[in-house]
Amino acid sequence: MSNMIISNLPVLVVLLPLAGALFCPVISYFSRRAGRLTVIAFAGTSFVLSVVQLLRITDVGKISYHFGGWEPPFGIEFSLDSLSAVLLVLISGTGFVSTIYSLPFFRGKSRFRSFGYYSVLSLLICGLLGMTSTGDVFNLYVFLEITSLSGYALIAMGGDKGVLSSFRYLMIGTIGASFYLLGIAFIYGETGTLNMYDMSGLVGPVLSSGTTMVAMAFFVVGFGIKMALFPLHGWQPAAYTNAHPGAAPLIAGVMGKVPAYAMLRFFFYVFNANTQYVERFLVVVGIMSALGMIYGSLKAIRQTDFRSMLAYSSIAQIGYVGLGIAITGYYGLMGAVIHIIGHSMMKSCLFFCSGAIRYRYGETAMERFGQIYRKMPVTCAAIVIAALSMVGVPPLAGFFSKWYLALGAANMGEYIFIFVLVISSLLNAVYFFRLFENMFMNKNVADGSKGIGAYLAVKAEKKAERDSVPFKEMAATKEGYKGRLEIPPAMLFAVIVSALGIILAGLFNAQLVEILGPAIREVV
Amino acid sequence: MSETMLSGLLLSAVLIPAAAGIIILAVGNHVHRNVREAVTLLAAFAMATCVFSLVPAVLVGREASLTVMEIADGLTLSFKADSAGMIFACIASSLWVITSFYSIGYMRGHGEKNQTGYFAAFAGCLCGAMGVCFAADLLTFFIFYEILTVSTYPLVVHYRDSKGKYSGRKYLIYTLVSGQLFFAGMVYVYATCGTLAFTPGGFVDFAGSDKMLTLGIFLLMVSAGAVKAGVMPLHSWLPAAMVAPTPVSALLHAVAVVKAGAFCVIRLVCYTFGPEVLRECMGAEVLLWLAGVTVILSSLIAIQKTNLKARLAFSTVGQLSYIVMGVCLLTPAGMTGAMYHMVAHAFLKITLFMCAGAIFVTAHKADITEMRGIGRRMPVTMAAFTAASLGIAGLPFLPGFLSKMTIMEGARQAGQPVFVLILVASALLSLAYLIPVSYIAFAGTKVREEYLAYGPGNRGEASKLMLIPLLAALALAFVMGFFPDFGAHFYTFAKAAASSVYGGGI
Repeated sequence: MSNMIISNLPVLVVLLPLAGALFCPVISYFSRRAGRLTVIAFAGTSFVLSVVQLLRITDVGKISYHFGGWEPPFGIEFSLDSLSAVLLVLISGTGFVSTIYSLPFFRGKSRFRSFGYYSVLSLLICGLLGMTSTGDVFNLYVFLEITSLSGYALIAMGGDKGVLSSFRYLMIGTIGASFYLLGIAFIYGETGTLNMYDMSGLVGPVLSSGTTMVAMAFFVVGFGIKMALFPLHGWQPAAYTNAHPGAAPLIAGVMGKVPAYAMLRFFFYVFNANTQYVERFLVVVGIMSALGMIYGSLKAIRQTDFRSMLAYSSIAQIGYVGLGIAITGYYGLMGAVIHIIGHSMMKSCLFFCSGAIRYRYGETAMERFGQIYRKMPVTCAAIVIAALSMVGVPPLAGFFSKWYLALGAANMGEYIFIFVLVISSLLNAVYFFRLFENMFMNKNVADGSKGIGAYLAVKAEKKAERDSVPFKEMAATKEGYKGRLEIPPAMLFAVIVSALGIILAGLFNAQLVEILGPAIREVV
Repeated sequence: MSETMLSGLLLSAVLIPAAAGIIILAVGNHVHRNVREAVTLLAAFAMATCVFSLVPAVLVGREASLTVMEIADGLTLSFKADSAGMIFACIASSLWVITSFYSIGYMRGHGEKNQTGYFAAFAGCLCGAMGVCFAADLLTFFIFYEILTVSTYPLVVHYRDSKGKYSGRKYLIYTLVSGQLFFAGMVYVYATCGTLAFTPGGFVDFAGSDKMLTLGIFLLMVSAGAVKAGVMPLHSWLPAAMVAPTPVSALLHAVAVVKAGAFCVIRLVCYTFGPEVLRECMGAEVLLWLAGVTVILSSLIAIQKTNLKARLAFSTVGQLSYIVMGVCLLTPAGMTGAMYHMVAHAFLKITLFMCAGAIFVTAHKADITEMRGIGRRMPVTMAAFTAASLGIAGLPFLPGFLSKMTIMEGARQAGQPVFVLILVASALLSLAYLIPVSYIAFAGTKVREEYLAYGPGNRGEASKLMLIPLLAALALAFVMGFFPDFGAHFYTFAKAAASSVYGGGI
């Protein structure tokens, strides 16, 4: 039995959330609660198995799983090295915590709402895990579509504005996916294979052909849209802002990172990044990333809504990953991967907190966060940790990804990128310390106060009411949350776990580097 | 003492304040404020014990060191207690004890809000300062330097009003920007040299690269130290940060934060780049002149300030530049003097700030013009203020004298007589801005009416929780004036640090 589990680990990790998504509606027919718990159980098992898988890969090295016994390059292959295994742990972990976190939002909700949300969330996890695991470029497209479709649905669940944002994302996202599909069609035409490993062997002679060039350009655009790389980010701020608060952490934290990972896979594992043809595209990616880092941070400074500030900050942060890919070299790639991990945790943590504040007070406007730390000390502590990590204060996770990126840039002689990193993290400091000012110093108390503050509060409240319909739907917010803890335990768990994750990922980044090392050294 | 014990002491010196900060936050006002304050005091005493237990070992040349963990690929989080670090650690830990008592007196006397956050952030700062003292390499140093930066922020904005917000922003802009420049420089150093471990005499060797590049990298990195040490034109956050409660100004802006800046300069000049490289690329020369100008200008500005804390702030700016100047003279005596001036200035300036705070809490006066005759009410406080003022000016038998003489000797060694003149001029200027305060306080005529009621037998002194700590700090300063090696062997340490960098005696 255990032998069977071990040998089928790669596929179990991906398929368990899928099974959860399928069982959830059926079980919800009998008990809504049991339906939700099913999804949590499946996601949890998937997380545990992904950890087992990571341990195994650090032991034995790469794992290749052949579906139905068909040998690659003819059959579909799941190909796992330490890089993908680490990301699988990250994705399934964040997914698992998200499923728990979402529980309070669905207490007392209709059956359809409950299982609808949970099934789709589970599907999203499945899609993301699949994209990371697969060794087949067409299979990657399939999982990309699963991810996108469930993403559209989860964003649309965020209320009227969510529907609009989701539609916009659907239009742009479909174009992105089409670019990717066309790209693989071109490459398939040139090499005659869809298996990544096989392709990497065959692509060499045709690397200079026009068709391959076009395919690569399509990949940059396709993945660029999916990861919201500047200037292809148009869909992202509204989508992250208006997504369902339970799913926003997973969407903002992980969904944008997996296409970035896929881009890294393509450039370095399928194509050979050291040739001049690929380097040209990397320069483009580098410029896009650097501009995005500045642009995203500047836009984030102008936001008044906590969520949209975080969304714009994500545009800047995905630039860090792109920058790492563009820097190339051991430390450049390492920085990109460490930043994928670190930033996933930071952004999920911040969105967990934003959702928690919204759950309790229905509040997302930062100027009305005044003195909130008195009511929600743990949440605010988590925000402080995550925000300091975003600014790059050591010894948190964000500092070390910056360290590796800067080191990579210095090794490659690309000093301009160090400059961009420095500017971007200073801009991060501007908007995060302004958030601190709002949280800790604003006298404008979140739940009503005197004088001009009260006037503004009422005014803002009316505006918020006009703007956001979902608040009205949230029973807990309407009634006012009355629990013993500052937020329901399920939410508190998510907030604390993600904040701890940031600290641990920072302190033990050397161990992460050690695990990731073999996979990255392979291509540099 | 065994090696393990030494490294245990080293680690606990850094961890105790961090743990204390977390416990204070957790305890808060839930139990009783006395419990919370007990944590602060306990931690302060424990930390001072740890640091002072290291003194004998380091004194005989054993360098306690400890590698905690691999903190980044190929780099470790490691601590080492050398003579230079010991000086700073001893100052910071002993003054934390004194300030803790004073803080309690001040915060309660003044009925301050948010005291939990205050004491927690205070402990966080000390953790940063200890890490800075004992860091064995640049990365560890930077980690704790940033911790210090961030945990000082809540103290600066303590009053959480628009003024505090403004000062906080100013503080952050200066410190974070310079911190990032340091980061960029550090990355370059690591990429070129492959190591970051502090070595007496420096380890940087940009083989073949031109002088301008070395100069550029040095200036990038040293900006972090220069900002915290208030070297002009990067000083303006320091007077602004005086909106914080006085104990904060006392410990952080006279001791921990600004001294961390000065210490950063020392670590960079003497242990990273090294005198040879800096002499060649003129890096030290640039900083030397900036410091020289700062010494004079800040004194001139201080004379114009009528707010007592602002006057002291500018005095701090000037005095810190002595340290930077001494280091940048690139002579053994200059460095010894600079190291010893860290000690002298710490004890004297903390006394001055504590006096200012005592006046503020007891008589509610912040402006010098309102203090005419205050000596009738608070004779002990004002006497202490006068004594410390004389010490700052460099009167013999107070520690300021020895440090300044040594720096002058350093200037002579370096063949820069102009800095001897600057030192003398500045000593006179500091008399010019500090003695009028005492004169006004003890003036016999035109005494403000409110002080007339006071006289012998009817004083309105500050509470004992404030008065005793400030007298203790002053007493320590006096003892050190007569016995420079009293207690922590500061002068010996200063000389040892200098000879480790420059080789041989002074």
